[in-house]
Amino acid sequence: MKLRIALPVLLAALALPALADNYSLPKNAAFEEECTSCHIAYPPQMLDAHSWLHMMNGLATHFGTDASIDDKRRAAIADFLAQNSGGRKTGRTVDARGNPLLRITETARFEKKHRKVDAATWKRASIKSPANCGACHTQAAAGDYSERSITIPK
Amino acid sequence: MRHILLIAAAVLATNVYAETPRDFLTRFEKEAGAPASAERGARFFTTKQGGEWSCASCHTEKPTQPGRHARTDKAITPLAPAANAERFTDAAKVDKWFRRNCNDTLNRVCSPQEKADVMAWLLALK
Ligand code: HEC
Ligand code: HEC
Ligand code: HEC
Repeated sequence: MKLRIALPVLLAALALPALADNYSLPKNAAFEEECTSCHIAYPPQMLDAHSWLHMMNGLATHFGTDASIDDKRRAAIADFLAQNSGGRKTGRTVDARGNPLLRITETARFEKKHRKVDAATWKRASIKSPANCGACHTQAAAGDYSERSITIPK
Repeated sequence: MRHILLIAAAVLATNVYAETPRDFLTRFEKEAGAPASAERGARFFTTKQGGEWSCASCHTEKPTQPGRHARTDKAITPLAPAANAERFTDAAKVDKWFRRNCNDTLNRVCSPQEKADVMAWLLALK
């Protein structure tokens, strides 16, 4: 009787390390509402706290769009991002002049993981931009970037 | 107990002030001090005003249909209330997006008249 309960728990625990490479999204209502209306939820783990802070201080000119929000929300989301940010895992997160990188797609880790994707592929009409993670990572909106859910569109 | 009463009062207040799309037309017309024109709204919405985008670049020229973000390609649900019951029901949201999207398309805020005209056109779409 006890075993029947313990077994699924044990299996779930064993499965955890396998999921660790997937950037599951910590629940946060403000982040979901404010940061997923124009694009998918980029995983907080993919930039470091310094980069997030810079981004959150410049939302009125956010990659060519106005993404400004009220100060209370902004502070809450900045805290959430800092708390869930990636550390060393993200690789190089400053540019040559030492300024924090604001794009995940410019981090060393991103470049390393996508070495095999050639320049012409990024420009396809079906992809448009490396920032369009969901074009190839079909489960990106859920934070799943594992190889088994990648399909590169024609 | 007092807290519960306060929460109950807050919930009631939110319900009382929940807006309908028509409320926005009324409000913008009042701010503009002139009646709206759906025809002007259609022209404003579908033509570029000096910037890279028009409203239609993301919301399409027929906003009863779903759109796509011109830069990121993300799907956007229809903007016209007839096709999407969630639209124009929350003043904070409506004000926020008018501010952002007008800035992106015009490099300035929209005037009350422009907002009233767009509202009148969106409400006329079936
Ligand atoms: C008004 C629309 C809008 C909102 C709201 C918005 N963004 Fe963006 N974001 C964009 C656009 C446009 C880009 C550029 C996409 C591209 O280059 O293809 C972008 C890019 C990004 C990138 C860089 C992607 C890359 O290249 O690695 C990050 C990270 C990002 N946004 C985070 C956020 C966060 C966090 C929030 C919430 C505070 C947010 N965004 C809210 C429009 C928006
Ligand atoms: C053109 C399609 C394409 C786009 C767009 C794309 N990726 Fe990838 N990504 C790939 C491919 C292909 C791989 C696997 C590379 C390999 O195995 O050599 C990959 C691998 C990864 C990995 C490693 C997965 C693992 O299990 O090791 C991560 C993390 C990742 N991508 C994140 C992102 C993020 C974040 C974005 C958007 C900012 C993005 N990708 C955009 C094609 C893409
Ligand atoms: C670059 C893309 C883009 C452009 C250009 C654009 N919008 Fe939007 N708009 C969006 C996105 C993204 C949302 C929020 C996503 C959603 O609610 O589905 C939005 C939401 C809105 C809302 C919120 C309505 C509600 O109650 O939910 C209004 C109002 C609006 N837009 C009006 C306009 C007007 C007017 C223009 C032209 C001046 C315009 N938009 C131009 C992308 C755009």
